Amino acid sequence: MAGRPERGAWAQASQAMLALFLRDIRLSIRAGGDALTGVIFFLAVIVTIPFGVGPDLNLLSRIGPAILWIAALLACLLGLDRLFQADREDGSLDLLVLDNDRHMLALTVLVKCLAHWSGSVLPLVVAAPLLGLFMNMEPLGIGATALTLLIGTPAITFIGAAGAAVAVALPRGGLLISVLVLPLTIPVLIFGVSASYGAVADPAPFLQPFLILAALTLFLAVLGPLAAALALRHGTD
Amino acid sequence: MRLIAENLGGERGGETVFSNIGFALEKGEALIVTGPNGSGKSTLLRIVAGLLPAAGGKVLVEGGGEAFPTVASAAHYLGHLNAMKTALSVEENLAFWRAFQGEPGLGVEEALETVALGGLGHLPFGYLSTGQRRRASIAKLLVGRRPVWLLDEPTAGLDKASEERFAGLMRGHLQDGGILVAATHLPLGLGGAKALRMGQVL
Repeated sequence: MAGRPERGAWAQASQAMLALFLRDIRLSIRAGGDALTGVIFFLAVIVTIPFGVGPDLNLLSRIGPAILWIAALLACLLGLDRLFQADREDGSLDLLVLDNDRHMLALTVLVKCLAHWSGSVLPLVVAAPLLGLFMNMEPLGIGATALTLLIGTPAITFIGAAGAAVAVALPRGGLLISVLVLPLTIPVLIFGVSASYGAVADPAPFLQPFLILAALTLFLAVLGPLAAALALRHGTD
Repeated sequence: MRLIAENLGGERGGETVFSNIGFALEKGEALIVTGPNGSGKSTLLRIVAGLLPAAGGKVLVEGGGEAFPTVASAAHYLGHLNAMKTALSVEENLAFWRAFQGEPGLGVEEALETVALGGLGHLPFGYLSTGQRRRASIAKLLVGRRPVWLLDEPTAGLDKASEERFAGLMRGHLQDGGILVAATHLPLGLGGAKALRMGQVL
């Protein structure tokens, strides 16, 4: 195997990561997957808000983006505890960690995050415009909120991966992960909501908070998987 | 290539389970680890694989070349758990590990034929019986090429015929210049294997 061309190694790594991505997507769709749980939770929260707030349409449309963001944030946290726990329970996690020397574990975690996001969070983003109607939001506001959710929610998954990796050995780690992760997601929430408001309320800017949101996602795309990989590496027993 | 362990010590939860264990295995050699429950057989295998930090000593491979520079990259680890997803079919599971582990070996169909699960590849892994699951898990050793096999109770749940078939697979692996470390209570049917008996030192 000496002198194996560099391209071969790249092709092998990308093939491995594609296989992992497709496996996790399949698992989230198949029976026992949680692709729908998040959407149903999201729907339940948004639908109950107008009953609680009352029929004040102006108020609803004003708080709409914030409510959509908060509900999406909570729905994101819902399935996070299974991100590594499912793999740990059937022994796959050991093998994923062992392959650290072949493909960097952080890359494996990043791909798992992307698969988790596409499988359980992307449906929320798709459902958000529909649910925006419940909040009496105007089309521009709905579009802006959906766009900020699309750009911002991956950051929540990346932070959540670090939390999920720390709590992987705990049998009921779901709540702990939420408590660990929630404070760290606050900046994402703030910039996501302020960008959504910026699109409709005139003096407030849209572009600046939106760019900061994008920067947060990119920054956490590196930091989250690295932290999660470190926790997984030292959490095996 | 050689697999070498020097003065290995292992601990679980701060308690020393074993210490000063060493072995060196050349190409085509096998080591059978035996010992009573709790003597640290699984811990030893996990330390050798690099899943647990060693309390002392070190494990290394020599002459693995560019493809297998470290123990983790050179080894298949078959633990108590099968590392297969119950919701996916046997074929999907094996195809995933084949693509993920790199250095592909046998094709999925061929590997399933070898463990006598031919024709069952389309079934969800969750539908298989305990012994069939173990066999599918053994097929996982065949779809990726690795010189070192670390096996923890590999024959648990296997019937007589499957045990013999598996012994044949292990002999084939050793003849191809592989190295094998197995922790077991049951005789594996490997002639000329080195033996390590745990739980006598302490």
